Amino acid sequence: MELSGAEIVIQCLKEEGVEFLFGYPGGAVLHIYDALFQQDAVKHILVRHEQGATHAADGYARATGKPGVVLVTSGPGATNAVTGIATAYMDSIPLVVITGQVPLPVIGSDAFQEVDTVGITRPCVKHNFLVKDVTRLAETMKKAFYIATTGRPGPVVVDIPKDVTDPNRKIPFEYPKTVSLRSYNPQVRGHRWQIKKAVDMLLGAKRPMIYSGGGVVLGNASAALTRFARLLGFPVTQTLMGLGAFPSTDPRFVGMLGMHGTYEANMAMHACDVLIAIGARFDDRVTGKIKEFCPHARIIHIDIDPASISKTVRVDIPIVGEITPVLDEMCEIINSGDIKPDTIDRSGWWEQIRQWRGLDCLHYDRNSERIKPQFVIEQLYEVTGGNAYVTSDVGQHQMWAAQFYKFDLPRRWINSGGLGTMGFGLPAALGVKLAFPEADVACVTGEASIQMCIQELATLLQYRAPVKIINLNNGYMGMVRQWQEFIYESRYSHSYLETLPDFRKLAEAYGHVGMQIKTPADVRPALEEAFRLRDRTVFMDFITDPAENVYPMIEAGKAHNEMRMAPGVSDTRELA
Amino acid sequence: MRHIISILIENESGALSRVAGLFSARGYNIESLTVAPTQDESLSRMTLVTLGSDEVIEQITKQLNKLIDVVKLIDITAHEHIQRELMLVKVLSVDNAARQEVMRLVDIFRGRTIDVSPTTFVIEVTGEKSKLDAFLGSLESGSIIEVVRSGVTGVMRGERGLTL
Repeated sequence: MELSGAEIVIQCLKEEGVEFLFGYPGGAVLHIYDALFQQDAVKHILVRHEQGATHAADGYARATGKPGVVLVTSGPGATNAVTGIATAYMDSIPLVVITGQVPLPVIGSDAFQEVDTVGITRPCVKHNFLVKDVTRLAETMKKAFYIATTGRPGPVVVDIPKDVTDPNRKIPFEYPKTVSLRSYNPQVRGHRWQIKKAVDMLLGAKRPMIYSGGGVVLGNASAALTRFARLLGFPVTQTLMGLGAFPSTDPRFVGMLGMHGTYEANMAMHACDVLIAIGARFDDRVTGKIKEFCPHARIIHIDIDPASISKTVRVDIPIVGEITPVLDEMCEIINSGDIKPDTIDRSGWWEQIRQWRGLDCLHYDRNSERIKPQFVIEQLYEVTGGNAYVTSDVGQHQMWAAQFYKFDLPRRWINSGGLGTMGFGLPAALGVKLAFPEADVACVTGEASIQMCIQELATLLQYRAPVKIINLNNGYMGMVRQWQEFIYESRYSHSYLETLPDFRKLAEAYGHVGMQIKTPADVRPALEEAFRLRDRTVFMDFITDPAENVYPMIEAGKAHNEMRMAPGVSDTRELA
Repeated sequence: MRHIISILIENESGALSRVAGLFSARGYNIESLTVAPTQDESLSRMTLVTLGSDEVIEQITKQLNKLIDVVKLIDITAHEHIQRELMLVKVLSVDNAARQEVMRLVDIFRGRTIDVSPTTFVIEVTGEKSKLDAFLGSLESGSIIEVVRSGVTGVMRGERGLTL
């Protein structure tokens, strides 16, 4: 088969089984777009801004576990995509981003729409390539997919100069079946001796904790984690990125941990004597003050990425490897050993946790005349039966969604945890809905975040991808306002959005259904109606209490046992 | 503590900037960095001198290993090793007594005079960092026109080497 560079790009996508290509055309990629036009195996999704393309591909990848694929032009096409690439990088999401580049002879001459894409993206990709020769194009594409999806996943950029895709230069094409990179061998099996030592430590624990993160979701290790946690009967806390990997409705789940984690999760972290971290990276929003992180605990850490181990917190037993085989091996050792998980009586530990739970740290005023954002999420959970895919933007609404929507399945909770990218939620919902057209997809957002990628409302209509937008509208950048209230003596510097569009009319202008909901009694009926309208995107603008804050909160630099509690929650903690 | 990290890296364009970028992005120190192709043309060998606590050095080696282009690396300071640096110094030296003195120093430090003009010398000295520092310290300070140092390179002693 003889193909041009442009045809090779498309053929490689077909070989990789790519369903959707999220993109936006421009000069440097016109040859590729012409090749795309002449086939229908790969469906192109025309976004309205390149940032939306990367977020949509990212949402698709998070929900399916398959790599998201993006095609943008050189210069501004590439720079607009950078925010989405960095978002995927921080959360280890597999993306292959194809960027056009100016022709080879003019690279470096400040040509029209030229930017050093490889240079700009270098710090926020797992790897990137500049393809200088069409004969290396297929091999490079193969490497890009391989690198993006193996080991600790991440985005890979393939920068292709326009002349490399020249339709008039055809070369023999064969897609490589395998790829070998001498410099890249993602280690997969955990060390047996380390695993044995870890099991001994776990079985000897008096106050154990399981702390699991996004790596469990990415590694498709949810089932293994659930088996492991249930076999041991230990309490489980999950990070923002890990939610759903272990069922939130399981009694062993003590809630999310960290800055806006539950009282019981954070107190248990502070008091535990053995901690097993699984696919988690000890992020600063999780650990709080590093010096006082789990001060009584010996720590076991399972991760695919050696660089995640002892990066911020020294661990006692590191295990580098894929999670499922490691946890399965641990279960095997436990099942065949003499010491049973319940040989040590841990009823006192569970009693302590029960008391912490009794504080009801997520309490909010249910009698308020204003709509409480927490109430909206609780209602969303009930109306969708806990089965929706929920994407979110970044801020207070994100934390409330994480706290109040009880995810029982992995890959249902789709949010930008690491980079914290406002504007992520709506395009991500597009990607999820395209992947699962029959599923309920909700985008929980706020009036500030939604405006950062609101143009993708048009894309939702064009591709008949109806999602439900839950806009928790408090008129403020809520999380900024909350910090200003707590830390800057309520000086609300530029966090109030004085002029907001009429979101109902805006939604209608884009061809969708708009609703505005102002009273608590109307919340449930609005949600029910929205989800009844299966074929329509519905924008629900909930006018919520602007004074509501996210609790509990560990302010930056404080330890797990130094939470600020909601008004009305009596904190009777004893410092562990 | 000062560490010398030897790296085998794919001889691809941009490989050097991945390493340099990693150090600036993560705030690690670089004292010196040298790079050149090896006998295997597809590989370059880099020698990187850095300062940091054991924890920082551990992170540096892990982060370097994570770069796709890095094939192999070793902290040679954790082993018996030899390190060398090459230095070229251009010295202004006009009168006879001063020229005699420069020649004497070159001899003591086992350096070589590789260029001579009526008023200058270019001297080549090789050795460990401290030797080069000592040589510079012994020259009359006003006489130095320029100093060029290659940065440190090194190898482990014995049969062990950083090879594929």
